[in-house]
Amino acid sequence: MSNTSLISILLMAMLINNVVLSQFLGICPFLGVSKKVETATGMGAAVVFVITLASVICGIIYTFILHPLNLDYLNTIVFILVIASLVQFVEMFLKKSIPSLYKALGVYLPLITTNCAVLGAVLLNVQNGYNVIQGIVNGFATSVGFAVSIVILAGLREKMQYNRIPKAVQGFPFTMFTASLMAIAFCGFSGLK
Amino acid sequence: MKPNTPLERLFNGIVKENPTLVIVLGMCPTLAVTTSAMNGIGMGLSTTVVLALSNLFISLLRKVIPDEIRIPSFIVIIASFVTIVDMLMEGFTPDLYASLGIYIPLIVVNCIIFGRAEAYAYKNGPVSSFFDGIGMGLGFTMSITVIGFIRELIGAGSIFGHPIGNLSEFTPSIFVMAPGAFMVLAVLITIRTAIINNIEAKRGVRLPVTHTDESGAECSACAFRSNCAGKFQSVEAAQKEANDK
Repeated sequence: MSNTSLISILLMAMLINNVVLSQFLGICPFLGVSKKVETATGMGAAVVFVITLASVICGIIYTFILHPLNLDYLNTIVFILVIASLVQFVEMFLKKSIPSLYKALGVYLPLITTNCAVLGAVLLNVQNGYNVIQGIVNGFATSVGFAVSIVILAGLREKMQYNRIPKAVQGFPFTMFTASLMAIAFCGFSGLK
Repeated sequence: MKPNTPLERLFNGIVKENPTLVIVLGMCPTLAVTTSAMNGIGMGLSTTVVLALSNLFISLLRKVIPDEIRIPSFIVIIASFVTIVDMLMEGFTPDLYASLGIYIPLIVVNCIIFGRAEAYAYKNGPVSSFFDGIGMGLGFTMSITVIGFIRELIGAGSIFGHPIGNLSEFTPSIFVMAPGAFMVLAVLITIRTAIINNIEAKRGVRLPVTHTDESGAECSACAFRSNCAGKFQSVEAAQKEANDK
């Protein structure tokens, strides 16, 4: 597994094993922040930013500290703390140095700590035995997959806002049905393997 | 029933505020591991253990943990229990461990656990918090076992891993694949909403389970709900608060 080519990792993580539609990670923001394309794009961009950074840092910590010292069992605790503090730092850094980007991503950043896609991507890197570079590519592709699906869902929801929907199906169940149809469409990508 | 007694907490978690079907929290494991009823039970019970123990410890430590760093403290407590459960499952139930895979360590970011810590355990005594965790956990276990049962029956033609005749030759396997998960949960929540709407229409009152913000959006569809922890502020208000900070 550790010598899989980077292109195949990219395609696998982005389309075939799409993080939301086939692995069910990051469902909460996927359903919650997908009302408008604009906010969905903001959330998607913030996730790409954080997951890529998290895979860099967690990859380095795992390869050079945890694994050589046989501390693999601390993975979960260390990674979640790294992600939580990383999100805080990114938020503070953006607020001070790039206020325009902070304004666009600001609200979504604290939400990302509890987004399981971040921890999921990092843990998958370890589980698949990826090295640091492969891990970064995997993290980036995973997050792009997330961004693509949340933007598509938001686009669909915007269009369907004015449809007449039975009262019991309105809101959450209707979004789930839409996601289900999207998942069927994404199943088609499994032919790429 | 008297509030905050153990029995009331169990009833509250299993029926009144069922985490999956009523508050709609913890969607990731609900959708991901429910390919069979057995997986549902395994995931549900391991979450219950983590939920009960982390609730108990957070409640015991609630006077010691300063308000400003409560979130990192919760994360450390929850992550420690998840690691313990992870190791126990690897040792004693290797088959289940293999089929649940990455979703065991991901219990850490399950919003149910965090939500209960913030909304209940941090404000209440250890005994009722412990039972709150058990009630919520059992409510979660029951609903994901039901979803797993339905998906296994329709998608793979078996009950708890035992195939029924040659039913599996006729079943659409899409129900054990990703799209089926979304579809089964959507149908279940539609049924739940229809029942609630019916009761509300009959009694002429709004039940507390249909929390809505000013714009009429249901709380269950909001990504901020694990952060607002039951205060039910609107997304715009949360946005404003974050900007003011």
